[in-house]
Amino acid sequence: MRVIIVGAGQVGESIAADLSDAHDVVIVEQDPDRVEEINFAHDVLAVEGDGTSISTLEEADIETADMVIASTDDDETNIVVCSTAKAVSDTFTIARIKSTEYLQTWRRSGSAFGIDFMVCTYLLAAESIVRVVGLPAARDADTFADGRVEMAEFDVGTESPLAGQTVAEADIYDSLTFAAVVRDEEMQIPSGDTVICAEDRLVVIGSPRSVRSFADDVAPDEAALSGEVVIIGGSEIGYHVARLLADRGVDARLLEQDPERARQLAEELPDTIVMETDGTDIEFLEREHIGDAEVVVAALDSDEKNLLASLLSKRVGTDRSVAVIDQSEYVDLFEAVGVDVGVNPREVVAEEITRFTHAGGAENVALVESGRAEVLEIEVSPDSTLVGRPIRESIQSLPDDVVIGAITRGGKYIVPRGGTVVEGGDHVVLFTASEHVEEISSLL
Amino acid sequence: MSIRVDYRASLSLVGTVLKYLTVPLSLPVVVALIYGESTVPFLLTMALTLSVGAGLERLAPDPDLRPREGFLMVVTTWLAVALVGTVPYLVEAHGIPLFVEPIHPDSTLANPVNALFESMSGFSTTGATVLGAINVTDHTHGIMIWRQLTQWLGGMGIVVLAVAILPELSVGGAQLMDAEAPGPGIEKLSPKIAETARVLWGAYLAITVLEILLLYGLDLAGMAGPNMNAYNAVAHGLTTMPTGGFSPQARSIEAFSAAVQWVIIPFMVLAGTNFALIWHAFSGSPGKLWRDIEFRGYIGVVAVMTAILTGLLFTGGFATGVPEGATYDAAYLQQYASMLTGSIEPSLRHALFQALSIVTTTGYASIDFDMWGAPAKYALLFGMFIGGSAGSTGGGIKIIRWIVVAKALRRELFTTAHPEAVRPVRLGGRTIDDRGVRGILTFTLLYIAIFFLAAFVLALDAARAGIDFTVLEIVSASASTLGNVGPAFYRLGPMGGYRMFPDSSELFMVLLMWAGRLEILPLLVCLTPEYWRR
Repeated sequence: MRVIIVGAGQVGESIAADLSDAHDVVIVEQDPDRVEEINFAHDVLAVEGDGTSISTLEEADIETADMVIASTDDDETNIVVCSTAKAVSDTFTIARIKSTEYLQTWRRSGSAFGIDFMVCTYLLAAESIVRVVGLPAARDADTFADGRVEMAEFDVGTESPLAGQTVAEADIYDSLTFAAVVRDEEMQIPSGDTVICAEDRLVVIGSPRSVRSFADDVAPDEAALSGEVVIIGGSEIGYHVARLLADRGVDARLLEQDPERARQLAEELPDTIVMETDGTDIEFLEREHIGDAEVVVAALDSDEKNLLASLLSKRVGTDRSVAVIDQSEYVDLFEAVGVDVGVNPREVVAEEITRFTHAGGAENVALVESGRAEVLEIEVSPDSTLVGRPIRESIQSLPDDVVIGAITRGGKYIVPRGGTVVEGGDHVVLFTASEHVEEISSLL
Repeated sequence: MSIRVDYRASLSLVGTVLKYLTVPLSLPVVVALIYGESTVPFLLTMALTLSVGAGLERLAPDPDLRPREGFLMVVTTWLAVALVGTVPYLVEAHGIPLFVEPIHPDSTLANPVNALFESMSGFSTTGATVLGAINVTDHTHGIMIWRQLTQWLGGMGIVVLAVAILPELSVGGAQLMDAEAPGPGIEKLSPKIAETARVLWGAYLAITVLEILLLYGLDLAGMAGPNMNAYNAVAHGLTTMPTGGFSPQARSIEAFSAAVQWVIIPFMVLAGTNFALIWHAFSGSPGKLWRDIEFRGYIGVVAVMTAILTGLLFTGGFATGVPEGATYDAAYLQQYASMLTGSIEPSLRHALFQALSIVTTTGYASIDFDMWGAPAKYALLFGMFIGGSAGSTGGGIKIIRWIVVAKALRRELFTTAHPEAVRPVRLGGRTIDDRGVRGILTFTLLYIAIFFLAAFVLALDAARAGIDFTVLEIVSASASTLGNVGPAFYRLGPMGGYRMFPDSSELFMVLLMWAGRLEILPLLVCLTPEYWRR
């Protein structure tokens, strides 16, 4: 596939890096120094020029491109890039957008502005934070098949009742599949007699209800969210997190230092208590009993501040902290020093865009363990190897480390067992190591 | 010192408004002709308004209306129409010396101060009266319908009417309407302000006609009591929608049957509602009515007040005796106390009618509420400060302002406990910026301060003139005239009048009614030196 990416900012670059292994990538960028950097750092072609101009796009050979990804920092520019691309070719266009206004307009028609797919960075990051907040013990969570299937990653604590049980003993749920166990950076597919140890990380796929009750059992002390959420930082992500929590009826407080911004947020968020303050003021945190909050979400504008805010809130007694981390390299480090979950907006956007680069029509994709494995939702074609045979037979023709986590048929959840027969048109949610994604997509 | 306000332009437009005032003056002419009465008072008024209007217009042939001139124009228009409104009263009492004999020389309106009080009370839709005998034998049918008509004209607003029909007011029109219309800010219903003004007046006229037809229908059906007829149907139709309260019947609405009282109740509800909202409700989105926070507050206040009053009346909350000079006697008190105590329908009807009449600042009476006990009277006195909705014809402080005050108070309490919290004041889905909140708090405080100050001035003036008033009378007179309600308590009650005040006090109350109708600030602005000089 030939992909043109307009804008070589951090998002553009990381998408390019992700795609360059398997696809031909052309990057269009205005800054000549940046063009040079990209040309040396990645196996892509960087072109200097303005992505909104038709001559630049033609220079990048827009006619033969299969996909255009507009990922500059400016919403309007991205929209114009997609419109321009659509005007001269029938390529698939993806725009990265910050403003949810444009997203709403686009959702009205699905093809507004000549955009085939719109990715709202802040909204995606916020949605992923809210999922994590809603499943207290989960490190990461994603939904598939219109919300009927959920994938979640859990850390097994030393106190967890699951520690020491075998998978067969632990599997007491109607519709839950243990997809993977990560132990000492080693990822393995569990069988019935795999023993779950403390410090393991589990990847499970199942119905939202099963995943939630599993979450309660993994960490009984951290039962479903019942207390207050405090969001430090009124960035766009902070705003969307507050809004989404308010939609779900969760009490939330939002701390923002800038008086103007605080006022604006207070006007837009009627159900959230907005406070104009610096979230790193210990005296304030104690006086307002931030320590009693169940979760603190740090969504300030720098990673360092988010780390500080998370550690301070843990210090005053908050149970869990979730931090927005811009630099993906810091995620592991921050989680090691005390942040419970780090969310990297860029990774979230990359996941979302990756889903369109998969051949074979994967409906939805989630990256697990920083991209080492993926959870895919695939609509099974009638001539797929899965169709017409029980899973225990058909699984033989797939690579070893594939786990079928869930099946939905006509909107109904089906628990995949050895004898289950898959039909064409079913949606299958499966777990696989990243290197097999292409192969599986072609087989199903 | 140079004057920086182009007062000629303002006066010129006042002249145009006066000229157009001759059109509504044709209604009393028609009524006088029907009843075979003299049309002289009205024809003379027409001639006078035409010539004064034309004269003022010549001050500036092509007036250029800027915001400051707009304020002056609105403020002087209201004084000018009130002055013109006195002419029919004065001619009725005095005739035209050497030419026409007086018709009713005994009229209390022979005193020009009384005539001005009655006229301003009419145009400002107050409904306080200094008439001696209120009936159509001591005054002509024409004069009494003119008295009703002044309220109808003042209700939706003379300037709003002018904006609707005068093309030269289309540019500054929104600001003019804003200065005149009750409540903070106006809502444009269409891109053109003249169209908005026409819609408002059209809805106002339509509802008025509907009420007249219903009242007359009750009469035809024989359900309206012996006092109702076509004349009274028109007369009361003209003073319900403007929340006026004048009636050609001395006993106000008590003169009619319970059915008439029940029919008037929904029209008083409408009169106290934002007309823009009524327009939305009738033009396809009735849900908007109930979603509106002010309308809900309004209905809530009336409901609570009705419940309290019903409870008080039902359990016999009446005065224990008849004070000297009261507007009721022992027999009347006895009759109503025994009729209402323990009976739910009459208690509820009078409680609802009076609660609405006072809260919307209409001022009708279905009963002499002065004989109610102290708690019920106190509730009514409090009601005088509530007022109708913004954009209605009601006076007082207005529901919306009270809602904002309450929300600002709640915010204050919250931020005292949590100093860092940022809480904008919200109305429905919108937030009001702090400037708007400050404006509303200032107005409310100013209103209450002026109420107390005015009560003190009235008390002082009465003492100077050697007239003995009770504190309740003074306080309620101040609240009632400033809020454009009408009746007050004791001798100033719904069956009494303001006649015993000295002329100086009456003039002061003319000022209060004028200020109250324009919501104080436009009048006050025109009295500051900064307005004229800089």
